Amino acid sequence: MIPAAFEYARAESIDHAIELLGGADDAKILAGGHSLLPLMKTRLAQPSLLVDISRIGDLSYVREDGDMVAIGALTRHHDVANSELLQQVAPIVADTASRIGDPQVRHVGTIGGSIAHADPAGDMGTVMVALGAQFAISAAAGATRTVAAGDFFQGLFQADLAANEVLTEIRVPKTSGGWSYLKFNRRAIDWAMVGVAAVQQNGSAAVALTNMGETPLRAAGVEEALAGGADPATASARADEGAAPPSDAFGSAEYRREVSKVLVRRALEETLG
Amino acid sequence: MVATEQYVGSPVLRKEDAKLLTGQGNFVDNQSMAGMVWMALVRPPHVHATIQSIDTAAAASMPGVVGVYTAADLETAFPAALPMVWPITEDIKIPTHWPLTKDKIRFAGDAVAVVVAETREQAEDAAEMVTVSASDLPAVTDLEEAATDEVVIHEDLGTNVVVHWSHGGGGDQSVFDSAPVIVQERFTQPRLIPNAIEPRGCLAYGSPAAGEFTLVSATQIPHICRVGLSIATGVPQSKLRIIAPDVGGGFGSKLNVYAEEALALALTRSIGRPVKWIETRPENYVATIHGRGVLHDCTLAGTEDGEIQGMKFVELADMGAYFQLLTPGIPELGGWVYMGPYDTKAYWYEFKGIITNATPTDAYRGAGRPEATFVIERLVDAYARRIGMDPADVRRKNFLPPSAEAFASVMGLSIDSANYEPTFDRALELAEYDQMRKEQQARRDRGDTKQLGIGLSSYIEMCGLAPSEILGALRYVAGGWDAAEIECRPDGKVVVRTGTSPHGQGHETSWSQIVADGLGVTPDDVEVLHGDTSVSRLGMDTYGSRSASVGAEAVARALEKVRAKARTIAAHELEVAEDDLEWTDGAFRVSGAPDKARTIPELAASAWHAHALPADMEPMLEGTAVWDPPNFTWPGGTHICVVEVDTETGKTDIMRYVAVDDCGNVINPMIVEGQVQGGVAQGVAEALYEEALYDESGNLMSSSMTQYLVPTAVEIPSITQDRTVTPSTTNSLGVKGIGEAGTIASPPAVVNAVIDAVSHLGVSHIDKPASPERVWRAIRDAQGGAA
Ligand SMILES: Cc1cc2nc3c(=O)[nH]c(=O)nc-3n(C[C@H](O)[C@H](O)[C@H](O)COP(=O)(O)OP(=O)(O)OC[C@H]3O[C@@H](n4cnc5c(N)ncnc54)[C@H](O)[C@@H]3O)c2cc1C
Repeated sequence: MIPAAFEYARAESIDHAIELLGGADDAKILAGGHSLLPLMKTRLAQPSLLVDISRIGDLSYVREDGDMVAIGALTRHHDVANSELLQQVAPIVADTASRIGDPQVRHVGTIGGSIAHADPAGDMGTVMVALGAQFAISAAAGATRTVAAGDFFQGLFQADLAANEVLTEIRVPKTSGGWSYLKFNRRAIDWAMVGVAAVQQNGSAAVALTNMGETPLRAAGVEEALAGGADPATASARADEGAAPPSDAFGSAEYRREVSKVLVRRALEETLG
Repeated sequence: MVATEQYVGSPVLRKEDAKLLTGQGNFVDNQSMAGMVWMALVRPPHVHATIQSIDTAAAASMPGVVGVYTAADLETAFPAALPMVWPITEDIKIPTHWPLTKDKIRFAGDAVAVVVAETREQAEDAAEMVTVSASDLPAVTDLEEAATDEVVIHEDLGTNVVVHWSHGGGGDQSVFDSAPVIVQERFTQPRLIPNAIEPRGCLAYGSPAAGEFTLVSATQIPHICRVGLSIATGVPQSKLRIIAPDVGGGFGSKLNVYAEEALALALTRSIGRPVKWIETRPENYVATIHGRGVLHDCTLAGTEDGEIQGMKFVELADMGAYFQLLTPGIPELGGWVYMGPYDTKAYWYEFKGIITNATPTDAYRGAGRPEATFVIERLVDAYARRIGMDPADVRRKNFLPPSAEAFASVMGLSIDSANYEPTFDRALELAEYDQMRKEQQARRDRGDTKQLGIGLSSYIEMCGLAPSEILGALRYVAGGWDAAEIECRPDGKVVVRTGTSPHGQGHETSWSQIVADGLGVTPDDVEVLHGDTSVSRLGMDTYGSRSASVGAEAVARALEKVRAKARTIAAHELEVAEDDLEWTDGAFRVSGAPDKARTIPELAASAWHAHALPADMEPMLEGTAVWDPPNFTWPGGTHICVVEVDTETGKTDIMRYVAVDDCGNVINPMIVEGQVQGGVAQGVAEALYEEALYDESGNLMSSSMTQYLVPTAVEIPSITQDRTVTPSTTNSLGVKGIGEAGTIASPPAVVNAVIDAVSHLGVSHIDKPASPERVWRAIRDAQGGAA
């Protein structure tokens, strides 16, 4: 519960953060700290330097950008949940943010931290994959690039993000049809044991799963069945195709597979009416 | 100020809360001293292993390190091992339990060394540098496997089966063979982690030159600690002061004498500087006692029409790797309530205590009685299902008859008073039992995926620990009395010193209500001091729902002495006979001339300046009582839980929870309600969420609050409460105790409800906690394996 010793630096800007990150072997960005600090307290993470980006003023926003909505990486879960813009044009994002952890977590944790952490049990990554979101990333020497959510998550806590890069903005498409994020957990404060995001897209639905593998997963079998005209009950039977859920104190892999089918069916019923 | 209000029985706000809620509490971790050093324990990543060597050199050279000590370095510091005070049988085998283990590691958390450093961080960093070379042995955490003795954990004892206690039975045992209906069930109850919001911690200081030491500790039992730590460290009781400052909950986990307390004392004695230790939460999960961890084979003998004839229970109880203060006595405590509130003619209970490679178990809220109540109430439901009777009807048919007097029970002890049916009826009414049954049927008929279940739990508990003579007969080494001193100050204020040691129970408020009524002052005029062996000299502390029925009764008895002395002084000053005085409107008044009067504050001033007291009377208005109860107290009640179970996922939601308890007379109804709420919350946790799981190598998998599911306010239902009042005959206050009732009654109410919700699908058994997966599997298995 006492972290190992570390250095601390406060970044004034994105470029400053990148510069600081480049100056140490084992530096880590600190945003809300709600994933990183627990790891440090148990000494599972022992970074030599923390680069605190949480005071960079202009990274917290939600604004319209054509047929997309742009969300600054430092926007707190609470602000995402309460954004009127998101509630109107991308309600699945606001609703999901309102169900992350508890009020304390939501007031401190950030959407960028959630996504960069690449925890397969995190809710936001799944929603991003279902929506087909885009992530803007800044690198050294003023370089920037954009990655699609579907390509960003590479493995357990592994993302397409170098140690000296900063995730700066999340861009989600506006949605007009049905949607659903169902989160199955034992306690309200818990991560999803299984989660399902479904978003209506031209008569069919995009479906993604939380905590059913090492990354947020696209439920390709379900989408294929739906595209082929199957009803939700039939399509949901394919929910766990290609999934590799964990077995842990919350539930076995076998049980998670079954729950994913029930949840996918219920999410599709909500989404497709 | 003279008060005429009656305070006992009214919901006086807790006087403790203002400081606690505004951050002005004084917990161990709020305290530090000049020259203080910090202690950190080295708990190597082994479960069961023989120690070859411990290398402390690297740690000793770390910055700020004052010293690194192993058991060998502290050989002379401890004249005796840590105390276990309840050798329940003559032939019990007692594992030796040193503050640091010497030759072997016997559970994940067994400490091999202690580091002392200038700061907490330095102590933690250095503790990581101690290296232990040890060869692993096979580990056993499963009860039945440990009982085979294939792996023996304490070689010198020759077995893991260290104690076998039998109640000896009551009534005609032949019914267990001959009754028309014999129901046999096996129930397992997992280990639980008590999770007091404040972990343990202590601060030891003193004067090695004078041989005098003080230990400030987050403990429930300063008085018992003084005795136990004196034995372990050799500091005489006369030179050892224990202070329990504000303590953030205990639930039994601080009803103990712990290694870290003995180490801090021994180290301050050898180093000559104050030594502080604060437990971390992960440490708390392995190094503070666990609760439950039992397996029962149960038999109920009865008739086809619902008359219970016999109840029989044979238990295996997980002791963990060592005994802590009361470990083998905990199952035995339950051994006196296995008949529940029922009028069974035959009774049998026995248990074997098994050593395993896991954290020692000990008292956890309810201590033995929740274990008993869970299996009784599950068994009664199984019986009702077998004979096709409504579980409410079976219970009603078998309640012990009402009695305002104490009466002998089939288990051999005497029950102080009883009246179970009115409590039961009120619970059914509040739960709208009949309407819920109809709603259940309607959902079953439509094959709803959300099924309703109704669970009942009627209980009896044994509180008010304890009559010393009975404790002696049960081989407990101490007495069960408690003490109080009341001192009336000349400014009209009153100081009460109680031997109980509250850590959330509100004794400061409740005790002052009793004293205020007796002395004609307000509760705010009364200061209740506790938790310091130099302030409240005598006492046996707080656990086992004993504080009101033993500690507050001692206050009431001291109060009578104060009043008697005050009356003598009043008669002297008013120049009348004592018999001519009446106590009305908060003062002693001359009969027929009520204006001629003396209040207690007036009399306290007279007794203090002592200018004109009756001849031979000692100055000061004060009184002391040490009280040994003649019997236990026996609260009871009925809890009803209504749940909704999602038959597709197995997830349970509690729709309604009703608690009707009878704890005798009530001093403060708001505090009683709070105790029931907290108790039910812990019981719901036990029924649906909490379970300490070990992996095959004996590592605790539920090692943090991420994996060990302490529910939050969201998961806990609002609770509808009511009470009936059947005064205890054990004490003059008529109180029985309420601290553990909620935890005792609720787990079977909830689990019975979950099973009831899916019983029409063929389910008759689900283990605790009834997790979604367990419920889902039970349904699937009952339906022949198809998901
Ligand atoms: C009690 C509790 C309950 C929780 N429950 C949930 C839940 O139900 N669902 C859920 O999804 N999450 C949950 N979380 C996690 C929470 O959402 C975290 O806030 C979030 O995962 C991390 O965000 P953060 O801002 O705190 O990131 P930090 O902890 O500061 O950082 C996390 C990681 O991301 C990196 N990082 C952060 N920001 C950036 C950036 N802009 N660019 C590049 N790298 C970056 C950091 O270096 C670090 O490696 C819970 C957390 C707690 C403590």
